[in-house]
Amino acid sequence: MFNFLERNLPKIIIAPTTLAMIVCMYGFILWTGLLSLTKSRMMPQWEFVGLEQYIRLFQNPRWHVALDNLLIFIVLFIVISLIIGLLLAIFLDQKIRAEGAIRTVYLYPMAISFIVTGTAWKWILNPGLGIEKIFRDMGFANFEFRWLVEQDMAIYTIVIAAVWQSSGFVMAMFLAGLRGVDDNLVKAAKIDGASTAKSYWYVILPIMRPVFFSAIVILTHIAIKSFDLVQALTGGGPGYASDLPANFMYTFAFNRAQMGLGAASAIIMLFGVLAVLIPYLYSELRERPA
Amino acid sequence: MNINKIFHINLGRTLIYLVLISFAIIYLAPLYVMFSTSLKDIEEIRSGNLLALPNDPTLYAWGKAWSSACTGSECNGLAPFFWNSVKIVFPAVIISTIVGAFNGYVLSKWKFKGSELLFGALLFGCFIPFQVILLPMAILLSKLGLSNTVSGLVLVHVIYGVAFTTLFFRNYYVGIPTELVRAARLDGAGFIDIFRHIFLPLSTPIIVVTLIWQFTQIWNDFLFGVVYSGSGTQPITVALNNLVNTSIGGKEYNVDMAAAIIAALPTLIVYVFAGKYFVRGLTAGAVKG
Repeated sequence: MFNFLERNLPKIIIAPTTLAMIVCMYGFILWTGLLSLTKSRMMPQWEFVGLEQYIRLFQNPRWHVALDNLLIFIVLFIVISLIIGLLLAIFLDQKIRAEGAIRTVYLYPMAISFIVTGTAWKWILNPGLGIEKIFRDMGFANFEFRWLVEQDMAIYTIVIAAVWQSSGFVMAMFLAGLRGVDDNLVKAAKIDGASTAKSYWYVILPIMRPVFFSAIVILTHIAIKSFDLVQALTGGGPGYASDLPANFMYTFAFNRAQMGLGAASAIIMLFGVLAVLIPYLYSELRERPA
Repeated sequence: MNINKIFHINLGRTLIYLVLISFAIIYLAPLYVMFSTSLKDIEEIRSGNLLALPNDPTLYAWGKAWSSACTGSECNGLAPFFWNSVKIVFPAVIISTIVGAFNGYVLSKWKFKGSELLFGALLFGCFIPFQVILLPMAILLSKLGLSNTVSGLVLVHVIYGVAFTTLFFRNYYVGIPTELVRAARLDGAGFIDIFRHIFLPLSTPIIVVTLIWQFTQIWNDFLFGVVYSGSGTQPITVALNNLVNTSIGGKEYNVDMAAAIIAALPTLIVYVFAGKYFVRGLTAGAVKG
């Protein structure tokens, strides 16, 4: 008996996690998938209606706004974060005095919750009392900056706050990557007559490809899951102009008693993540021989 | 020629410092604005501007944010919710870290048939958008009688945190030579002995990384908090959001800012004192995930 226990202890220890994983991850995903095929509203009800919820979803103008916003948000958030992160990392890598202190400053927003970030930026961007007032006090009496309450511009305030929060992290990833690059490569390039800029562009950046790749995956992941930031900064408003799919899902599943529709939107989000994740995991696993 | 070159280099370096310092100011500005706003009275906020230092600093907003601001229908400030978060965070962090340590130990040094597949399947859990499990989890919690309870939230955080903690420990333990395990087994040491006498003493750095990562994640969580908590059990992030969006009487931006700093303080303190581990957790969780 004791022997049996001892021999199977590893499996016994991992059993609760396995069970939780099967039920609460894969089981729940399946459950949500099935729910999205029913006409459930307030409560789950198992009357299957095929893809009707998905059709309703894609006929819903609010969902299209959320998807368009996600596209704008993902592209701008990733591109701007990558540019700022890379620039700061390269500059910080030039044997800078007080590098540690500067790095600490760049990275602290990552320790803060999106709710706090959203609250802070909501105040900074406040039409009337925020940035607008700074410029008016400086003498630009007609200066206007009210993106927070403008239909077409609200989504860009989300981009600003998200970049502020995450670009320091991208910097840290690139800096770690740069520190891993062999100095001799750069020296060799310089001996061959390349300028600093050229040696970065032609020698170092190509080596950093995996870092770009990881950063893009992580930022995409943050973007798709961004829910808190929208909730705190704009509340999805004005109207639903700055909704992202995560906010759409929450609103319909929990506030509007449209479970089936909410489930369908969640499943689409899952597929979105998978589309990014599978190529990433594939390349990660291929690089590492088992 | 030579002078020109020196000049050129200095110009370049000056530019680099200029850019680095400008960005440092940009990153710090919101914190400064929050802080100075929280020390002003509402009159000064309306008449002055964001960047001005408070003329006559007052702690009024801090007192109100902590103990009497309205977060929806109640007006007891953030204090009760701060303690809710503490009650959620500590058990959830400790349990998920312990479970992750054992899982990582098994998945790195006691592999069995299918354990790699198990790890891959678990890894996937770090990436799923939680929207896809929100609805069934709500139903499971209500079946278990844990809806709107602190225990329910602890359970949810443990379940979905274990994927990360396991990943951390597994990747760390993979680097410990398997020969150590073999030698110890030849000497008759068992599963638990080897963990206690060999792995645990080597684990301090990864334990710190995991604790900090989990603490930050769970303290900052909003999604699970807003979906699975009730009026008395909301974590601080949900309460902060309610406070900011409650407008009984006039809008008090100073109170909003004091409340936001209160909500951010625990993780900021951890970051300031253990930044090194924090960064390591971020990159381990992210790059290797």
